[in-house]
Amino acid sequence: MANVTLRNVRKTYAGGFEAIKGINFDVGDGQFCVLVGPSGCGKSTLLRMVAGLETISSGEIDIGGRVVNQVEPAERDIAMVFQNYALYPHMSVYNNMAYGLRNRGMKEPEIKTRVEEAARILELGAMLDRKPRQLSGGQRQRVAMGRAIVRQPKVFLFDEPLSNLDAKLRIAMRVEIRKLQRRLSTTSIYVTHDQLEAMTLADILVVMNGGQVEQIGNPLDIYQKPSTTFVASFIGAPPMNLMPLRSDELKSQLTGDARVDQAGILGIRPEDFAISDESVTGGVALGLTVEAIERVGAETFVYGTRQPEAQAVAANPGELPPGEVIVRIPGAVGPGIGERIRAVAAPDKLHLFTADGRQRVGD
Amino acid sequence: MVEHRPWNDIIAYAILTLGVFIVAFPVYLALIASTHDAATVVGGNMPLTPGGHALDNYYRAVFVGGSRAIREPVGQMLLNSFISATGIALGKIFISILSAYAVVYFRFPFRKTAFWIIFVTLMLPVEVRIYPTYKVIADLHMLDTYAGLIMPLIASATGTLLFRQFFMTIPEELLEASRIDGAGPFRFFWDTLLPLSVTTIAALFVIQFIYGWNQYLWPLLITTQDSMQTIVTGIKKMLYTTDELAEWQLAMATAILAMLPPVAVVVFMQRLFVRGLVETEK
Repeated sequence: MANVTLRNVRKTYAGGFEAIKGINFDVGDGQFCVLVGPSGCGKSTLLRMVAGLETISSGEIDIGGRVVNQVEPAERDIAMVFQNYALYPHMSVYNNMAYGLRNRGMKEPEIKTRVEEAARILELGAMLDRKPRQLSGGQRQRVAMGRAIVRQPKVFLFDEPLSNLDAKLRIAMRVEIRKLQRRLSTTSIYVTHDQLEAMTLADILVVMNGGQVEQIGNPLDIYQKPSTTFVASFIGAPPMNLMPLRSDELKSQLTGDARVDQAGILGIRPEDFAISDESVTGGVALGLTVEAIERVGAETFVYGTRQPEAQAVAANPGELPPGEVIVRIPGAVGPGIGERIRAVAAPDKLHLFTADGRQRVGD
Repeated sequence: MVEHRPWNDIIAYAILTLGVFIVAFPVYLALIASTHDAATVVGGNMPLTPGGHALDNYYRAVFVGGSRAIREPVGQMLLNSFISATGIALGKIFISILSAYAVVYFRFPFRKTAFWIIFVTLMLPVEVRIYPTYKVIADLHMLDTYAGLIMPLIASATGTLLFRQFFMTIPEELLEASRIDGAGPFRFFWDTLLPLSVTTIAALFVIQFIYGWNQYLWPLLITTQDSMQTIVTGIKKMLYTTDELAEWQLAMATAILAMLPPVAVVVFMQRLFVRGLVETEK
């Protein structure tokens, strides 16, 4: 059991490329920390630095009160689950799990107890004699988990462990990982690019972009109060609608709001809209032409366009094209394509950001 | 495109049969010649059916040796060939797997240079460096020894390249998982890399065993005693006679015997061999 602390951690490659630009955060004992961000944001590099597979250019990584910058991976008391599982193809499931313990000089009876306990937890009991190639993707994934569990390490590190599984299995394994981590209450750091995985697993969510931390916090806090437009559009699916406040139509609706003077971008989540003809005091009403409808059963996504919008908001991944607005309404009934609708959002549902999108305005 | 038309099959089989015939007929002829007595073979009208002297010829070839000239029985020559071919194959595997391991997995100064130097030796087979190599072996007093037959042929860029290509297909995560599991460089090599390389090793063994077996120039040069000569050089010497008829029937029996060990190696290791060359699944 241990906490993990990163102090001003940086990674610069030989070519001068700075992959990690000074990261600070702290994962408390037994907490589940998720690093999320688009590909190339440095999240995997950061995890590998914690594991000891990448060197640290500057700053400190501290595991359980010990600075591990110069410590070999095997000595850091961590266990890692890889995206491709990295099981030893020539070893049986049992030996895959036992290998790390044998290398530590553990006695065979103790190894047997631990492996069998892990196999029981992960329901791998019947497969201990099989080779990895005889297992399905989900079973291999569980063996990789087992290899981590038997070590009883201070920290679990997960590098996108579910991305090679099909959608259904991914959800099942996600729940299993969370339950397992709760039960063992081992400090964990988990890397993913899937914001849904991030939201559902994390105690602490670290949103990364371009080698830097965009926001750290409780997943729901981040969802409700994203601190930058990047976080706003990355967390949540479909993404938050972001609209420049330069257009007079929007600005005039918000004259009563003190925040508007500093703000350049207005954000509204799709589910915070309602289709209504009533006016909302202090809120926003948008006239939309329905372009497309997605019905997924429990809810319906309406894609509408406003009057042609000249200026584009800073293009971030996952963001909507300018002028397009997504409205999420419950149920399967909705307007038809080509219809004009009026989408309204209450004042407390508005997110305001500075014009460069780097800062949240107000609350 | 694969279609099934009777004519395609007939033409394909005709070409295949012709190819097999061209390759196999000389071998068949050698086999037939080894079953006749000397007079029949030399007489110019050798029949295409087996004669009655097979046992006699093979017995003489293996245990007695020729009636004249400088001849050692085939048994000793087979043994010499077997020892040197096995030594060359195993030595090459040992050296090249280690050098490939160093080149692929270790970051050391001039790593690329080291690799290219190994690569360049592809252009320096024994035939090209024969004089200096002979001088070195002679100065080391290794003429007429197994070590002398084996050592100069061991260093091999082909093996290093083959292992390097194979190692590069092994996912890097496997090395990382080993590091986290507390395996050092030696353990990783022994516990993970070597078991995964079995098929590649088998493929290399087959290729290099035959390479070693078929060596002619080098053994000819450094063996002076008949008791150290290999079978490939021995066959040639059997035909070198002055004022006498060469004992073709014995030479053919020897040739047939010389073919057997490489054939056996290929047959028994074929499954592993093919997997080693084509396998991609890790």
